[in-house]
Amino acid sequence: MHLTIADLKKGEKGTITDSSSEDIPLKLLEMGCLPGNTVHLLQLAPFADPMYLNVNDSFLAIRKETAALIIIKKIDE
Amino acid sequence: MSKQINVALIGNPNTGKTSVFNALTGLNQKVGNYPGITVDKKQGICKLSRRVKAHILDLPGTYSLNASSLDENVVIELLLNKNDKDYPDVAIIVSDVENLKRNLLLFTQIKDLKIPTILVINMSDLMNRKGISLDIELLEAKLHTKIALVSTRKNNGIQELKQLIENYKTISKETCLDTSSIDTAYFESLQKAFPNQDVYKLWLVITQDANFGKITRQELDISKFKTKSNQELKRLQQKEAIKRYQFINSILKEGQTIDRSKATGLRSKLDRLLIHKVWGYVIFFWILLTIFQAIYDWATVPMDLIDTTFASLAEWVKNTFPNGGMVTDLVAEGIVSGIGGIVIFIPQIAFLFLFISILEESGYMSRVVFLMDRIMRRFGLSGKSLVPLISGTACAIPAVMATRNIENWKERLITILVVPFTTCSARLPVYLIIIALVIPEGSIIGLSYQALTLMALYLLGFGMAIFSAYILDRVLRTRHKTFFVVEMPNYKLPLLKNVIITVIEKTKTFVFEAGKIILAISIILWVLASYGPGDKFNNAEAYIEPTTQTSYERNDQIAAFKLEHSYIGIIGKTIEPLIKPLGYDWKVGIGLVASFAAREVFVGTLATIYSVGSANEGENIDTIKNKMQNETYADGTKVFTLASGISLLLFYAFAMQCMSTLAIVKRETKSWKWPILQLIGMTAIAYICALIAFQFLK
Repeated sequence: MHLTIADLKKGEKGTITDSSSEDIPLKLLEMGCLPGNTVHLLQLAPFADPMYLNVNDSFLAIRKETAALIIIKKIDE
Repeated sequence: MSKQINVALIGNPNTGKTSVFNALTGLNQKVGNYPGITVDKKQGICKLSRRVKAHILDLPGTYSLNASSLDENVVIELLLNKNDKDYPDVAIIVSDVENLKRNLLLFTQIKDLKIPTILVINMSDLMNRKGISLDIELLEAKLHTKIALVSTRKNNGIQELKQLIENYKTISKETCLDTSSIDTAYFESLQKAFPNQDVYKLWLVITQDANFGKITRQELDISKFKTKSNQELKRLQQKEAIKRYQFINSILKEGQTIDRSKATGLRSKLDRLLIHKVWGYVIFFWILLTIFQAIYDWATVPMDLIDTTFASLAEWVKNTFPNGGMVTDLVAEGIVSGIGGIVIFIPQIAFLFLFISILEESGYMSRVVFLMDRIMRRFGLSGKSLVPLISGTACAIPAVMATRNIENWKERLITILVVPFTTCSARLPVYLIIIALVIPEGSIIGLSYQALTLMALYLLGFGMAIFSAYILDRVLRTRHKTFFVVEMPNYKLPLLKNVIITVIEKTKTFVFEAGKIILAISIILWVLASYGPGDKFNNAEAYIEPTTQTSYERNDQIAAFKLEHSYIGIIGKTIEPLIKPLGYDWKVGIGLVASFAAREVFVGTLATIYSVGSANEGENIDTIKNKMQNETYADGTKVFTLASGISLLLFYAFAMQCMSTLAIVKRETKSWKWPILQLIGMTAIAYICALIAFQFLK
């Protein structure tokens, strides 16, 4: 089982390793959700959905089901 | 002879593109429509020097040339068509100093179309505070462009930008990325098939067709070229994005340094409060309450003023224009009261757009979307549906248009379908007059019954919208694919100039668009009420027996008799059996019929009908309210009772009575199916609810 953005807890960071799933909107890729970039989970709405992230210096919110498609490697600090 | 340069203003949302546009053009701008679609087309003129003017087109905000919405598609359609009269001589890419990396993605795409491109780095006044420093010379050289550091807030850099526009011919057309490096074999075969075309342009056409379905194009017909599957295309698009970021990162590494210790953390502090699991919602509802307070309390002062002004204006026309002439009557009873019915909405619409534009400009709106998405999704809506639902309290037309940034088609469709349930300002005059008629004065714990009723009607509208969304979500079966990406922009103090321009523009649009219809209907109604077929209308005097009445009373009776037999009276009488069970008489019926064009004409219609019906001269003009209060059936019972009043309120709360909204829904959904469903569904709900209420309360 791969780790995805949806598995991050508030304040945790990860590095994207794969974002090639067909269901990820292109817009998200173009905003910086690309392999190698760092993702930082800033805040969560109630029920942990949507998720508020900083990816590639962009601040954005996506739904949990989309976040679950982006595979990451956790960064331990 | 003066020269004109075509300029296209392009940029990501939230970069202050509109501020740059406003700074360049001031009030010298106009908003129109692109042919066939309802995307706002904003253009303006900017004087560069004594002999050179720039025609500036403010294109919809977009993150890239790969469009995912109609608004964004406008940008690429223009840039792919060299024959378009608006095709730019020079493009200005507006970027925000804090999001330079992401903004440059779009910049490199435009550059690769070989259009001379100026890069505006906006909000440059924040550089010091945010610890950002830029090597402009190096960036200009590596990006093959000219850069203007601009701060619209401090009004810096606009002059320099104007000079760059005037000298656009000196800007290099060199591209940023070699497109064919994405997939050498594929792009070679593409070039072979179309040797005379630019390969990046071809690539854009192919991917755009993949996103939007085939578009017929004269200049480029790629339909014969065997393309790859959508999945393969998407992989290539991802590769393109990666390549572009590699290029951008390599440049920013040298050209930009960020001292992160200087970041002020305003964002995280405000976010901690504004999207807090409890306080976030408390603050949001408090803001909503303030907006409603403004619309329904503060706006009443100017509205009352407008009301009395137009009433006395109509009176003045009657007294000064030639007595008894047809033109006088038409002007006084048709046109003046018709225009009054439009102007009266201006204060409310202006207040609403004032608040909405402040919330949008400050960056708060995205936080609301974030807070509400989960809750709204339960009802088949999206967090982004909230803005349309709030806008719907002013008018459903801009609200339906505001659904465009909802990426998911099903969520967008449901939002469009339920938005007309929210209490738009056109319902307000109807509510106000009927509440004043049938709800008793008096109060409970300091809140008047009348105010509570009004609030209940608003809640009812929202409740019905949410409830029907829930039903539609279960009924509509479409393939469900989630697209929900919201940028969370930096918090900013709204620029006064931007706010004022938005308020003026939106109000103007409402007055002219809705105004045309309202005015036309007022005139038609007046004509229908002033003429009739047959002897009973044209020779009414002969039908009223000359008894011992005073001449005033007799005139009144004749006028009422005439109205009953005028064209509109006949219409009202015809539908009377249908509306009788709801508790309305034929005069209310006329109001209902007229309202199917637009609700706001209801009060005006009753005003027209009752003033046509009262021929007394010299008598004080009765307010419409008094006239309605005294309206009785033949047996002496009042027409407007609690039962018929509540029934009427419910009918107006739910019925689809706005042609303009139906027209917009048709345009936005590209089908008559949805507006017809709205018309029939909503009206049926209205009829049933009104029927139950009247029969129960009678």
